Order: sequence, then C-alpha cells, then structure tokens
Amino acid sequence: MKKKIVVVGNGMVGYKFCEKLVAKDTNGSFEVVVFGEEIRPAYDRVHLSSFFSGKTAADLSIAPVQWYADNGIVLHLSDPVVDIDRTAQTVRSHHGVVAQYDYLVLATGSAAFVPPIPGVEKDGVFVYRTIEDLELMQAHAQKAKKGAVIGGGLLGLEAAKALLDLGLQETHVIEFAPRLMPRQIDEAGSQLLQAKLESLGLKIHLNKNTQQIEGEEAISAMKFADGMTLDVDMLVISAGIKPRDEIARVAGLEVGVRGGIVVNERLQTSDPAIFAIGECALAHQMIYGLVAPGYEMADVVVHFLTDGDKTFKPYDMSTKLKLIGVDVASFGDPFVQEPHAKTIVYENSSKGIYKRINVSNDGKYLLGGILIGDAEQYNMLLQNVKNKTLLPPDPEDLVLGARGGKEEAGSGVLSLPDDALICSCEAITKGAIVEEVKAGNNTLDAIKKCCKAGTGCGGCVPMVKDLINETMKAQGVYVRNVICEHFDYTRQELFDLIKIKGYKTYNEALADLGKGDGCEVCKPAVASILASLWNELILAKGNDTVQDSNDRFLANIQKNGTYSVVPRIPGGEITPDKLIAIGQVAKKYSLYTKITGGQRIDLFGAHVSDLPNIWEELIEAGFESGHAYGKALRTVKSCVGSTWCRFGVQDAVSFSIQVEERYRGLRAPHKLKSAVSGCTRECAEAQSKDFGIIATEKGWNLYVCGNGGVKPQHALLLASDVDTETCIKYIDRFLMFYIKTAEPLTRTATWLNKLEGGINYLKAVVIDDVLGLGEQFEQEMDLLVEAYKCEWKEVVNNPALRKRFTHFVNAPTVKDPYAKFEPMRDQIKAAEWTK
Amino acid sequence: MNYTSEETLVWHKACAVDDIPADGGACALIEGEQIAIYNFERRGEWYATQNLCPHRQQMALSRGMIGSTGASQEPKVACPFHKKTFSLKTGACLSGDDYQIKTYPIKIEEGFVFVSL
Ligand code: SRM
Ligand SMILES: Cc1cc2nc3c(=O)[nH]c(=O)nc-3n(C[C@H](O)[C@H](O)[C@H](O)COP(=O)(O)OP(=O)(O)OC[C@H]3O[C@@H](n4cnc5c(N)ncnc54)[C@H](O)[C@@H]3O)c2cc1C
Ligand code: SF4
Ligand code: FES
Repeated sequence: MKKKIVVVGNGMVGYKFCEKLVAKDTNGSFEVVVFGEEIRPAYDRVHLSSFFSGKTAADLSIAPVQWYADNGIVLHLSDPVVDIDRTAQTVRSHHGVVAQYDYLVLATGSAAFVPPIPGVEKDGVFVYRTIEDLELMQAHAQKAKKGAVIGGGLLGLEAAKALLDLGLQETHVIEFAPRLMPRQIDEAGSQLLQAKLESLGLKIHLNKNTQQIEGEEAISAMKFADGMTLDVDMLVISAGIKPRDEIARVAGLEVGVRGGIVVNERLQTSDPAIFAIGECALAHQMIYGLVAPGYEMADVVVHFLTDGDKTFKPYDMSTKLKLIGVDVASFGDPFVQEPHAKTIVYENSSKGIYKRINVSNDGKYLLGGILIGDAEQYNMLLQNVKNKTLLPPDPEDLVLGARGGKEEAGSGVLSLPDDALICSCEAITKGAIVEEVKAGNNTLDAIKKCCKAGTGCGGCVPMVKDLINETMKAQGVYVRNVICEHFDYTRQELFDLIKIKGYKTYNEALADLGKGDGCEVCKPAVASILASLWNELILAKGNDTVQDSNDRFLANIQKNGTYSVVPRIPGGEITPDKLIAIGQVAKKYSLYTKITGGQRIDLFGAHVSDLPNIWEELIEAGFESGHAYGKALRTVKSCVGSTWCRFGVQDAVSFSIQVEERYRGLRAPHKLKSAVSGCTRECAEAQSKDFGIIATEKGWNLYVCGNGGVKPQHALLLASDVDTETCIKYIDRFLMFYIKTAEPLTRTATWLNKLEGGINYLKAVVIDDVLGLGEQFEQEMDLLVEAYKCEWKEVVNNPALRKRFTHFVNAPTVKDPYAKFEPMRDQIKAAEWTK
Repeated sequence: MNYTSEETLVWHKACAVDDIPADGGACALIEGEQIAIYNFERRGEWYATQNLCPHRQQMALSRGMIGSTGASQEPKVACPFHKKTFSLKTGACLSGDDYQIKTYPIKIEEGFVFVSL
C-alpha cells in the first residue's frame, strides 16, 4: 500500500519538498496531498521585490498547477489546514476537506512579526511577505507621498528600496536598535552602510521606538517614545518574522518559547510522524529565515522517507543583501573577535568600502567577515570559510586584492575542492558544475537548465560563470572574444591579418575577412587597427564613414549636436601669444572656454560648419589637433620640474613635450594618457596614467598601466633609473605590444589585468625582450612617428574633405536650428536635452 | 513605400548623389524638415529617415554609422550619441527600446537624390 504524505503549506520549502520527493520516489510509493493557504501555487518569495521592477506573479511562479497534477500530487489552494487530529492521523482544512496521513509535513513558513503598536490596523500600514501584500502596497503608493519602514534589517532595507522604487517622495527607515542590520554586521560596517543609504535618498532614524500610529482611518503620522512625530501616509512593518506554529501548538506539538515548532536533526517534531521544515521549524534552537537551509531541511526529510540517512546540521547563515544599490554581505561568524580570533579591517570611507575578516588565531583559517560597498569577493570568501581552505601567508590580500604585482591572492575557483557547495539554494557542488560544463553545458543558461545552479537567489552566478570559463580553459578550449557578428576574429587576429594582407580600407577588410555590411562595433575597431598600422589620414579612402562620430568630424560631439575643439598644448606649456590666439578664436565663434583636466583648453559649442574655419585660424596661430576625439594619445601632463621648482631633480616639462610630440596622433585600442613629474612628490600624477614618468636623481622611473576614470588603478613600476633614450625605447615597446594585443576599447590597465603573467611578463617582454620583438616594435613605432601629420591641417587644405563639414548638404551655410544654447556666467552652455 | 503608388508621390530634389558619402549619411533640408539620407553604396541601396534621434531628441542620425544586422541583414543606422540603432527599412528601433523613426521613399535620377515626404 502506498504511504500517504500530507504537506501543509505550499511555499518555497513545501514545494521543494514535493520536487525532491518526486525525483527520489521513482517507484511511486507515496501519495501526496498538499494544502496551501495562498491563492497561487508556490512562488519565488526571495525575489518578491522584483515585482516592483516589472516582474509579474507569473514570472515569479516556481511551477504551474499542472506540474502537481502531472506528478500525481493533489493540490488544494486557498484552503489552509485548521486542525490536526494526531490520533486519527488526519488533518482538516478550512473548507472541510479531511485527509489521512502516514506522515505529515508542516511547511507553514512564517508571517511578518507585527509589534503591538496602537494603530497598526489603520489603512496604509502593510507587511511585506506575499504577492497580495505587494499588490496592496502598489495600489496605495499611487496616492502616497511619504513612506516609512519599521525595521532596519535585511528585509526592512529591501522594503525601503521598494518604497523608493514605488516613487515615494520620501522614505524613512525606523530602527529600534542603535544601528542598521544589527544581526549581520558590526558597528563600523553599519555606520558606513547608513551613509551609503542616505546618499541613495533614504532617511534613517536609529534608537527609535514607535509608540503610536496616528490618523483617522488611514495612517497620517507616527509617534515615537522620544516625543518625535513623523508625518507619513504609508508604512511597511518589517520588524522580523514569526513562525507559523499555530496549528502545531493546538495539536499539542512542542514549540519554542519564542515560537517555532521544535524539531530534531531529522526534522521530526515531538510526534515522530510529523515533520516541520522551513521557516516554521525551530532546529538547533534557531529559526532559519533563509531559503537555502529550508531546502536542505526538505532534502533531509525526503532522505528519511526514502530510506536514506541524512541529518540537518547547523546551517551557515551567510547572506548578501540584494537590490538596494549597495553591496552588503556577511558570512561565517561575522562578529567573532579577540581573543578568539584575529580581525583584519579595511575601511575607506571616501569610497564607502568597509571590509572585515576574522581569521583563526593560528592564521590558518577564515572564520567569517563582513563586506560593505564592495562584495565582489563574497562567494570566494564564503567558500574559504565553508571548506576551511588554508589561508595565504598574508590573509589581508583576500580583501585588499593582490598588490604590487603579486599574483591574485587566494586562488582561482578551480582550486576549490570538488564538494565545495557553489549554489547553496539548490545544493550544487563545484564538481557537479564542472562535470556539466565538460558534458557540453558551457553557458550560464545551459547550466541553469541542466542542474538548476544559479536559479535560486542568483548569488552564485558570478562564480558559476568563472567555473564555466576556467573549466573550458582547463580543457584547452580557447575562449575567443570575437569582434562582432561580422568578423569571426579577435582583435589581435584581425590586426595581424590586416597587416599581412596590407589592407588600407575597411571595405577591403570586410570583403575578405568579414561578412554582411558591418556595424557600429566593427567599423571603428577596424578603423582603429588601420590607423595604428599605417597612420594614414583617417578620413581618406572612404574610411571617413567607418569612423565613430567624433573621429569622423575630428571633434567631440556635444549635448546639442555642436562640437568641441581641443588644440594640442604639449606638456601644458603655452606662450601668452598663443593664449591670446585661443581667446580671439573663442570670442569670434562664441565658444564656451574651459581649462580641462588634462592641462589644456577646450572650446565648446562649435557648429560643424565652423570647424574648418576655426581650425584654419588655430593652425595659423601655430596649433595642431589635440586628438581629444580619437582613441589616441591625449595629453602628457607635466609639472614644472627642475626649471623652477626647488625640489625638481629633472626637467619634467621638456621631457613631457618630447614624449607628447613623439606619440601625438598615435591611435590605439583606447585612449592613451601620460605624465611626467619632476620629482617623487608627483605633482603631475604620473602614477595614474597609461604610462607615467617620475624623475629620479639618476634618470627616470617608468610606470605603466595606471588609470583614473571609472576604475582607478595605480600604475606599476616597469623600469627604474633609466636614461631618456632607454625610457623612450621601453615606452615604444610597451605601446606597440599593447596596440597589437589589446581588445577593442580596453585601456592599458584592464589589458594588464588580463595579461597572463601580469607585470612580470610585461617586464620580460619590454626589458628582457623574451619575444625577440623589441627591435621590431621600435621600428614600427618609428614608422608611425614619421608618418604623423596633423589631420586638421590636411582637412583645412583639402576642399573635398572640407565640404563634408556642413549640417545641411543642400544648404551649407545654414546652421542647425536645433543646436540651442543658454547663457551661463558670461558664457554659454548647451541647452538641456529632453530626457 | 508600402501601398502608395509611384505616381501619387511628390518628389523633392534633395541633393546631388556625390553629396552623400559612400556607406554613410548626410542631412538635407527639405520643406523645412531635416531629412537624413544614406548612401548604402556596398548594397547599391539608398534610404531616407528623419534626422531626429527620438532618444534624446538630437538632430544626429545622418552622422551615424550604418551597417546591417542579423541573418536577414537588416540595414540599420546607429545614432552617434548613445548608439541606439534603427532599421533603415522600417524605422523600428533595433536596440530594444520602444522608438520608431519615420522613413521616406527615395529615388535617384540623373545624378540627383529625390525624397518624397
Ligand atoms: C574636457 C575634459 C573634462 C574637463 O572639462 O576637464 C574631459 C571630457 C571628456 N571626457 Fe574625460 N575629460 C577630461 C579629462 C579626463 C581625465 C583627467 C586626465 O586626463 O588627467 C580622466 C581620468 C584619467 C584617465 O583617463 O585615466 C578622464 C576620464 C574619462 C573617461 C574614463 C576613462 C576610463 O578609462 O575609465 C571617459 C570615457 C571613455 O573614454 O570611454 C572620458 C570621456 C570624455 C569625453 C570625451 C566624453 C565624450 O565622449 O563626449 C568628454 C568630452 C570632451 C570634449 O568634448 O572635449 N573621460 N577624462 C578633460 C579633457 C582633458 C584633455 O585636455 O584632453
Ligand atoms: C521580501 C522577502 C525577501 C527575502 N529575501 C531572501 C533572500 O534574499 N535570501 C533568502 O535566503 N531568503 C529570503 N527570504 C526568505 C525566504 O523567502 C524564506 O526563507 C522562504 O520563503 C521560506 O520558505 P517556507 O516555505 O518555509 O515559507 P513560505 O515561503 O512563507 O511558505 C509558507 C506557506 O505556507 C502557507 N501556510 C501557512 N499556514 C498554513 C496552513 N495552516 N495551511 C496551509 N498553508 C499554510 C503560507 O500561506 C505560505 O504560502 C525573503 C523573504 C521575503 C518576504
Ligand atoms: S567626467 Fe563625465 S561629464 Fe565630466 S567631462 Fe568626463 S565624461 Fe563628461
Ligand atoms: S540621442 Fe540618439 S541614441 Fe541618445
């Protein structure tokens, strides 16, 4: 006879129990009946908030009603169980259905804990647990302006983000404790998190005890114990969870003092025929308010019922906060401290980063930690804790990243043991994923399909991707980054092919090496290769229309369709006469004038038809193109150096002019910047440049692959105390190596980060010449330097090219009436565009 | 050119064929309107669309790079500002937004470009 199982609750864990049972019970020895209180079958509560960013109830659904029928499961929805008769072994539902059981599984989850504050019943007060809760909030938010959330924990902050997304003008977070997320992060971390959230627009109130919710029918204000009141017309209570143990209580099962159905390691309640799993269960004196331990509990019960043997162990409660716009993660034991552990803290309040790791006293193991502002290493660190991986000799590298050219600290994903749990929601190990990749499931989508890894909370997705890539690499599969749908080559391959074939135009390259008609990705990429190879005028030979807009008009396009003009001012040195000339041109053409961050002058607001005239006058005054529009050398900044400065040890200005004039117009996969400082005080900021030079008593120190911008990175020392000639030689080699091998739009810093062997390999290529290409690189650079011509000079002197600089081909003197300006501080600015 | 027959169209002379760069575009002023004209030379095709990019209302489509996409080799233009792409045939936005630009009938006669508004 088949055994009868009744499952009470069709939430995430109740569903997972069914899924696992169906998978294990291959000979159909069970009959399953499920009762669910909600109107829909189990859905993804973890991603409930995505409902506000456009996901529908259908998107959140885990399995349709049909799935239950297909697997022989009887599902009663909208029909909660109200009574358990333990002697007769039956349950009775609200609608009066009575079902017999051999085993009863309680998966009733939890409800939001609502503190007994007078007024909580008023309109406009919500909890955040079900799709219905969200629908009610959404309807109410349309007429609400100021909202508040009670609770500054994991869920409270998620609810606060939801209020922001719902478009409320103000969102307040009310926390009883003296800090945010008191259960997951420490004092210092909380402070930093608070600052970050405030910058996102949340108003945070700590140490606040809500005494009263005021208003007639609907909420109008909150009153606190300290006398303060806050006007709000919407409130979400997210002050914790309360396990749904009511039917268990009535049936006389043992429950905890603060709620929760008491279970043993096999998830049996005080009645061995009744199990409790998920958020309603009190295991190891604890309510596990996360989905992964709930799934593990379901697995343990399925094992028990199908004659397996498995027990539920205290489960890791590491979490990563999602959605809020700030990375927050807490793992292992976040709070352990001296004398039980050594704590390493890194804090950078200007960047909003706080990282703490707790290391065992012997320095061998990671015990836990907290990451705020940058949780990129969360998965790796969590794996370190779970697998008791031996730490590297300098454990701080784990959070600070490798510095000073050392290899990346810790080690790659492939060094994890095979049984390391990568996806804890679905309990998928590293070994399982690697097997799937080897079997051909080598995309994220394929992995999600075949083993479900990454389909739960999604936190492991970056790691799954790494595993896919690393596994493929380890198998010798070369992961190619091809240019686009029109060229099945990497940039490096294309560079070599175009060079060997001697192509000079995009169309030749496309005809022979590509397919289709090209696009906005491959056109500029090939144009850049052609320019790096031959340094011919980029607008000649029909190559003008394959240039990105800025290159095509040799100027940077601005917000209203006009352009900017940036003459080269090598090293930032300029004579008074030239300054006057710039001023006169700016005045004549009504251009907004500004000193740039690159030590030169930018003139904004030029109509396309004025560009050749403006340049004609600038060239007359001795200027040339500054290539601000090209993926090319921009500026070589200088400090005044030994010519005036009392600390200067070399003539930085003269050298920076020499360097700028050598590499001006040099086109590369991305723009190039440089600087020369006259002494170690580094006023020219050379260490933030693609190549930077700092004077020493004996010569120059050459630094490479620095970057400001989006992801700042300090340059690394390539050579020290070299003379001028050697310095130029090394820069030649470095630049040619970069130009030939980098992917499109990759700055030198990113290129180096991906270069196998890193700076040590780069040194070997540039200084020790291990590739034997040093001399060739220098010769190639010499050719490019010789081929240099100011492209604006060529355009100005070429009537056919000049003719292209009009807004209307059929009315060359008419300017774009759409290009509008507004006055600002005695100058002009571009009119604001419509968003 | 769907459903309109040749004869009923009113053609406006826009410019000379040479005014539009090969495999690129330029803008013409026709009846007070800014029309982007594209000379898709490698396919022997010509297209005309509005010059205004609907994304941030910039008069810029004529300065965009043209090309094609997909198995059907749909001809397209990429706005120089933020690289939203539009089909030159239908005016539909191809980069996933809900924009639509106008396209116009175009023909070449005796070295001149004619557009019908
Ligand atoms: C004008 C200027 C700002 C200013 O008013 O001072 C400026 C303006 C622009 N910058 Fe910049 N950057 C300017 C100095 C900088 C600096 C400072 C420096 O060079 O010392 C940086 C950080 C240093 C660095 O690059 O490492 C900088 C990092 C960027 C970035 C980010 C690059 C990165 O690797 O993350 C971009 C975006 C890009 O290139 O993709 C950018 C892009 C731009 C563009 C070209 C955006 C665009 O495509 O329209 C701006 C248009 C310039 C124009 O219309 O003339 N700009 N930009 C500065 C011109 C310097 C010059 O004389 O050429
Ligand atoms: C907004 C939000 C965000 C979250 N984010 C995360 C996260 O990022 N990571 C994470 O791990 N966890 C997160 N959680 C927690 C996670 O959703 C829960 O741990 C998980 O849903 C617990 O599953 P469960 O089946 O035990 O409970 P539930 O999913 O709550 O399901 C219990 C079901 O039982 C029903 N029920 C109750 N009593 C009865 C009865 N007598 N008869 C019939 N049915 C009954 C309930 O109506 C409910 O449908 C989040 C929760 C919320 C609300
Ligand atoms: S920082 Fe941004 S806004 Fe300022 S100039 Fe650079 S790109 Fe433009
Ligand atoms: S204005 Fe055209 S893409 Fe933004």
